[in-house]
Amino acid sequence: MYSQITAWHDAAVNIPVVDPSPTSGVLSLAWLVIALPLAGAVILLLGGRYADKWGHLLGTALPIGSFVVSLLMFVSLLGRDANDRQVTQHLWQWFDVGRLHVGFDLLYDPLSALFLLLITGVGSLIHVYSIGYMEHDPRRRRFFGYLNLFVAAMLLLVLSENYLGLFLGWEGVGLASYLLIGFWQHKPSAAAAAKKAFVINRVGDIGMSLAIALMFVTFGTTSFTGVSHLAAGASDNTLNALGLLLLLAACGKSAQVPLQSWLLDAMEGPTPVSALIHAATMVTAGVYLIVRSNFIFELAPKAQTVVVIVAVVTLLWGAIIGCAKDDIKKALAGSTMSQIGYMMLGAGLGVGGYAFAIFHLLTHGFFKANMFLGAGSVMHGMNDEVDMRRYGAVRHAMPITFLTFAMGYLAIIGFPGFSGFWSKDKIIEVALADNWVVGLFALLGAGITGFYMTRLMLMTFFTEKRWKEDVHPHESPAVMTVPLIVLAALSVLGGVMLAGNWIQDFLAPVTGVAPHENPPLPAIVVTLLAVLVVAVGVATAWFLVGKREVSVTAPQDVSFATTAARNDLYGDAINDALVVRPGKSLIRTLLSIDRYGVDGVTTGGPIALGALAGQLRRVQNGFVRSYALSLLGGVLLVVLALLVVNVG
Amino acid sequence: MTAFWILAPIMVIAALGILFVRKAVHAALLLAVVMMSLAVLYLVLQAPFLFAVQIIVYTGAILMLFLFVVMLVGVDASDSVVETIRGQRILAILAGLVLGLVLVTGLGQITLGTAVGLDNANSGGNIQALADILFSRYVFAFETTSALLITAALGAMVLAHRERLGPKPTQADLAHQRVRDYAEKGLHLGPLPPPGVFARHNSVDTPALLPDGTAAEASISRVLAARGTVRSAPELADDIETVQRRLEAFGDDTARGRGSAPASTEKDAE
Amino acid sequence: MTATPYVVLSAIIFTIGCVGVLTRRNAIVVFMCVELMLNASNLALVAFARQHGNLDGQIAAFFVMVVAAAEVVVGLAIIMTIFRTRRSASVDDASLLKY
Repeated sequence: MYSQITAWHDAAVNIPVVDPSPTSGVLSLAWLVIALPLAGAVILLLGGRYADKWGHLLGTALPIGSFVVSLLMFVSLLGRDANDRQVTQHLWQWFDVGRLHVGFDLLYDPLSALFLLLITGVGSLIHVYSIGYMEHDPRRRRFFGYLNLFVAAMLLLVLSENYLGLFLGWEGVGLASYLLIGFWQHKPSAAAAAKKAFVINRVGDIGMSLAIALMFVTFGTTSFTGVSHLAAGASDNTLNALGLLLLLAACGKSAQVPLQSWLLDAMEGPTPVSALIHAATMVTAGVYLIVRSNFIFELAPKAQTVVVIVAVVTLLWGAIIGCAKDDIKKALAGSTMSQIGYMMLGAGLGVGGYAFAIFHLLTHGFFKANMFLGAGSVMHGMNDEVDMRRYGAVRHAMPITFLTFAMGYLAIIGFPGFSGFWSKDKIIEVALADNWVVGLFALLGAGITGFYMTRLMLMTFFTEKRWKEDVHPHESPAVMTVPLIVLAALSVLGGVMLAGNWIQDFLAPVTGVAPHENPPLPAIVVTLLAVLVVAVGVATAWFLVGKREVSVTAPQDVSFATTAARNDLYGDAINDALVVRPGKSLIRTLLSIDRYGVDGVTTGGPIALGALAGQLRRVQNGFVRSYALSLLGGVLLVVLALLVVNVG
Repeated sequence: MTAFWILAPIMVIAALGILFVRKAVHAALLLAVVMMSLAVLYLVLQAPFLFAVQIIVYTGAILMLFLFVVMLVGVDASDSVVETIRGQRILAILAGLVLGLVLVTGLGQITLGTAVGLDNANSGGNIQALADILFSRYVFAFETTSALLITAALGAMVLAHRERLGPKPTQADLAHQRVRDYAEKGLHLGPLPPPGVFARHNSVDTPALLPDGTAAEASISRVLAARGTVRSAPELADDIETVQRRLEAFGDDTARGRGSAPASTEKDAE
Repeated sequence: MTATPYVVLSAIIFTIGCVGVLTRRNAIVVFMCVELMLNASNLALVAFARQHGNLDGQIAAFFVMVVAAAEVVVGLAIIMTIFRTRRSASVDDASLLKY
């Protein structure tokens, strides 16, 4: 069907088209990966209190089952020839409306394979961790039900073969995110945060649905196969519009500027949720979307430029916020925002950056989940205290948490040899090669990362103890520390994936192969530069935080920059001024037009009639004699009329 | 026509009187005048049966019913002169004048010609002729009026009926109540004192005298007291000496001889 | 001898009755005025009976009397009931049924 177009298409850029073959063997189990956690969600959420006793065990076992299946499929995929690593599974015809034929199809390729492993792997570890973390919560079964729902939706998102299926998963994770942010719904702040996340995500979803509609109008299909084959035939404007709409969707889901403000509030949810959804997996869906849509972005350079701009702004924005936050989870959330900015940057840089964006996404998934769970472990031992000014010297009380957290810390700042070092370094390298301004900003971001992570590390685990009298920090149980250890190991060793450019080659069927260019600077120079910048950041933090006494309450006489960063760089204020208040006044105007204009026209007549009737009913005064008088008046009229008629 | 010209002014004046008298009972009496005059006019108009019915039913029954109701509502009940509904009186008089003028001028312009007279129709007797028509042509309407009358009677009974709210007090209950009133409020236990009835004034409007010579208020009816027609017993005793003298003179006369006695009594009676 | 004077008299009495109904407030007097109007119409009926030489007019007057009797019975009962509950025989006092 697409062969005629392919002929001249290949001549253009080296954009790989999605051209899968039907599944066979182990790969046919792709549906099971989604079905297992979905079944878990159904059983746990419909099972009621009968499932209370064993709900968390089932809820953990099913994602582990998914992980095993994913692993089997991954091994099977590795066993295939490099050109035969895209397979599709047609489950059923979803719907046929007019020209639109949408199948419930799954696509399993190297990109999906890596995501599957990340989601089910890290997801399973976080499920195990949650057994301990949520032990005393009376609604633990429901929590696991929501987590399973999330995992199922996320897997559908990365496995779907068309944009509609992706959108279904996209909305599914949005729903699960909403439910889990507001899991402690008795707290008004949690309920408000959930609502905020939901509403802001809707803005992104508008981009998504418009993009899908535009795809259908332009290409007549929404499947990756179809769109990737036909993309080159579309006009530049259409492709740029598509790219921008998809970017809007990605911004909503991945908390990129200007739709970033929900992520910090989302930390109201339980910590495992922050680790799984708001660090490792869901917020990276935007990066997945852009990498997956590379066949559009490669043909839409303007949209790609906008992606880079958004990414740079976000990576600095998040990093600056991270510097000023005293709430450990919010500091980590700022860091997450910043790191996703790096991934978006990688994705925006085109063929050369896709693989590294995904690489950084994976390593970030490991070390950020590790650190979030570590933060949760600290909170668990500190009576749910989140203010880092109330921590200090926790390393003695929680050695395992400290050591695992330290692994994550070294990974995120890019300590040579750790996973983050390899992935971030590669992105900076590509950025510098593409545009030196962008590259410098990325370098600056790395330095700030070094600063704020060191600050967090020092305030939490070093310096003298500042916790309250009744707090007795203690190490978390094994069910929580074992996932930490596993994730710490992955944080350290994640860089292995880059060995021999394996990840680039593995992802090549999806992302394409970058043409070899001569970088302006040798790779080793860039690496040294990055390490140097990070070292400066770490040292600054050491002198500003480690060498001084940390006050228990946040000092108020601070610079404007600090105040702004504490207030999320006025993200909410900007939203209020630009969207909320004009929107409100618009609605108020429309409402008054409706009430007084439209309603006035329709109800004016009846109101006038009613007023007239109100006056006329005064005639009914209740006095019989008045009625008799009017009767006599009538008689007179009749008599006079008779007289007139007879005389006339 | 003589009767008409005599009665017509009387009727109009009496009818106007109904408009202007303030007491309902006077209005009822003036209405009686109109009705009686009307009855006479019926006779003149060769309707002897209606003459009788007018007197018996209207004047005799309906008007008496009016008077009964006037008694129940209160003889003294009279309208206040102030008109409460604004413009009602002026409009009513205006409308009435216009109606009257239109009717009178309208009817006055019609020439009816000489009356046929009922001599022919009444030849077999007015009542027989009426009965003839009533029980032939109008029999259905006549029977229907019986339903109307029964309905009216039942309706009046239903309307006038009053539900008893509590059980009817027995004689024993009343006696107990009186004793209780005496015990609690010190009310008089026995029967009220009778009025002072004297040999010369066989009347209840004179109060009895208490041992100290003052009048006993409780011995006369409240109605008489309210009317102010109570007489004082000591005042009535003024001429007692005159009477005594007469009686003595009468006694002397009888002692002297029986012959002049009747003449003397006759003189006294005057 | 024509019926015209009788009819004119009837009209005058009828008008007086009308004005009485409109101006008097004592329910009993109002009722008397209604009777006055009925009687006035009766006079006209009887006069016309004689004018035309047949007895139908008298029969009509007879029926009017019957109806008037029924009306008076019910009407006076209503007046009594109102008086019993309101201690007033004024037609203006019974004015609750209004706007």
